Amino acid sequence: MSDKFQMRFTGSGGQGVILASVIFAEAAVVKGLHAVQSQAYGPEARGGSSKAECIISHGEIWFSKVIRPDFLLALTQNALDKYAPELAGDAVVMIDDSLDAPACLDPERVVSVPILRSAKEDVGKAITANIVAVGAINELFGLFDEDVLREAVSRHIPKGTEELNFRALSVGKGLIAPELRDKYLEENEI
Amino acid sequence: MSKAVLMQGNEAVVEGAIAAGARFFAGYPITPSTEIAEQSALRLPQVGGTFIQMEDELASVAAVLGASAAGVKAFTATSGPGFSLMQENIGYGMMAEIPCVIVDVQRTGPSTGLATSPSQGDYMQARWGTHGDHPVIALSPSSVLEAYRLTVRAFNLSEKYRTPVILLMDEIVGHMREGVTLPNPNELIINSRKMSFHDGANKQCYFVPEGQYVPAMKPFGRGERYNVTGLAHDVSGFPTNDNAVAGANIKRLLDKVEKNADDIIRTEEILLDDAETAVVCFGGTKRAAMDAIAALREKGEKVGLFRPVTVWPFPEKQLREKCAHVRRLLVVEHNHGQMLLQVQRAAAPAQRVDFLGRIDGTVITPDDIIAAIEGKEGEYHAQ
Repeated sequence: MSDKFQMRFTGSGGQGVILASVIFAEAAVVKGLHAVQSQAYGPEARGGSSKAECIISHGEIWFSKVIRPDFLLALTQNALDKYAPELAGDAVVMIDDSLDAPACLDPERVVSVPILRSAKEDVGKAITANIVAVGAINELFGLFDEDVLREAVSRHIPKGTEELNFRALSVGKGLIAPELRDKYLEENEI
Repeated sequence: MSKAVLMQGNEAVVEGAIAAGARFFAGYPITPSTEIAEQSALRLPQVGGTFIQMEDELASVAAVLGASAAGVKAFTATSGPGFSLMQENIGYGMMAEIPCVIVDVQRTGPSTGLATSPSQGDYMQARWGTHGDHPVIALSPSSVLEAYRLTVRAFNLSEKYRTPVILLMDEIVGHMREGVTLPNPNELIINSRKMSFHDGANKQCYFVPEGQYVPAMKPFGRGERYNVTGLAHDVSGFPTNDNAVAGANIKRLLDKVEKNADDIIRTEEILLDDAETAVVCFGGTKRAAMDAIAALREKGEKVGLFRPVTVWPFPEKQLREKCAHVRRLLVVEHNHGQMLLQVQRAAAPAQRVDFLGRIDGTVITPDDIIAAIEGKEGEYHAQ
């Protein structure tokens, strides 16, 4: 990791991309790192576009918005088409496998995984897609230990849904093949 | 594991208010301040307090003033459109000398504007939103921890000077989450209003001893009855048309802030000692400025920061003193140039004053500030 790891999470309102960004910021704080999380959304509660950001660093973070993401999550085609062109060449993009990666992206830097389908079929609840994504992203970059991530998730979910959400984390983790993980681990070590 | 918790600026306001002793919130939720109402609804009942969602912002301030007059520290939170609606009763609070805290998490205006986008366009409204000549204290935080600390301070100043205090937030800080370690509430200095339980002669509920500016408050609803009004009034609280009495009272209201400006004003200076250029900004804009200054310092450019933490009264004297040696002041604000006017008034004739602003709902970036500092002369000039 350079001095800051800048993450951007995009999708449509209601998909929980803001919560996904909050969980990574929380995990960083639990671990004793610096983190800043922010978000942008339209006036609609659901259905509008949604963008959330999280910056993790060993040092103090001032400017709170992500300018040059190291990582982009896209859960909708609209979000992907909108944010992909702004990416620097070395950014890693995770997309739901139902989406088509635009030509501007280097296929080597695109990780296409069945986030939405796994949430629905393997976890059994479509609304856990964001937590599935969290599990997958964490595994891809080897960001946080399991207990830190679970603690971060626990702080932001309704009581009684821990088991469901931890299962979603595991399903997400399982979406990342070991060789894929090894590819990005070193360059993004925190 | 770290003791820090991830907290949003808006949440920190509620925790700060509770730590300061606030036990009453009345408001009408509006983006980007909604989390303050939400969190108040959750937290206040847990500490024996009261949360009321009102029908609108006029009623919100009215309820807050009523609660405070009755002895409970009270606050409300809103954004631009609601802040406009609150102005009449904010003036009432200033005239009747009722302590309370009004939080304005600014969004892009005018009117309903860009509901979810950052702005600092209410800077002048915070000063001149309500009519007539009136005292104003407004504080503006630039981080989540400072949102907590300045909320405590807003209540303290409000209680000490018996006047509504405005916490002028922006969406950048209100919606941002960061790791914070909150101070132990028992270690905070908490001011509470000076009370007078003495049933004085002639019902002088606004009596002020010679050389002082702030009357002690009588408990409302207990003991001696007294009158609360927005009309010009004498020491009994009852309306008067006596121009000498009315004028002296308004002068005292202005004086209690003006004569205590040194107590009220706080500023922050970073790397100013050898600075040739000072970035002057407030609230969340500091965050971009800090990265810009760090980058420019690495290149050997002598740039520092002057930040009014108390944004009203404007720290004119402090700016003159701390920036006396600075050749150029770059005012950076998320508006079309509001604090700029105050800086232009305070700057020395030889000092160049430039401006970088933003009114489209996007955030000023560190690169924008670097470009403004390294670029040609700005749009505005002091002379």
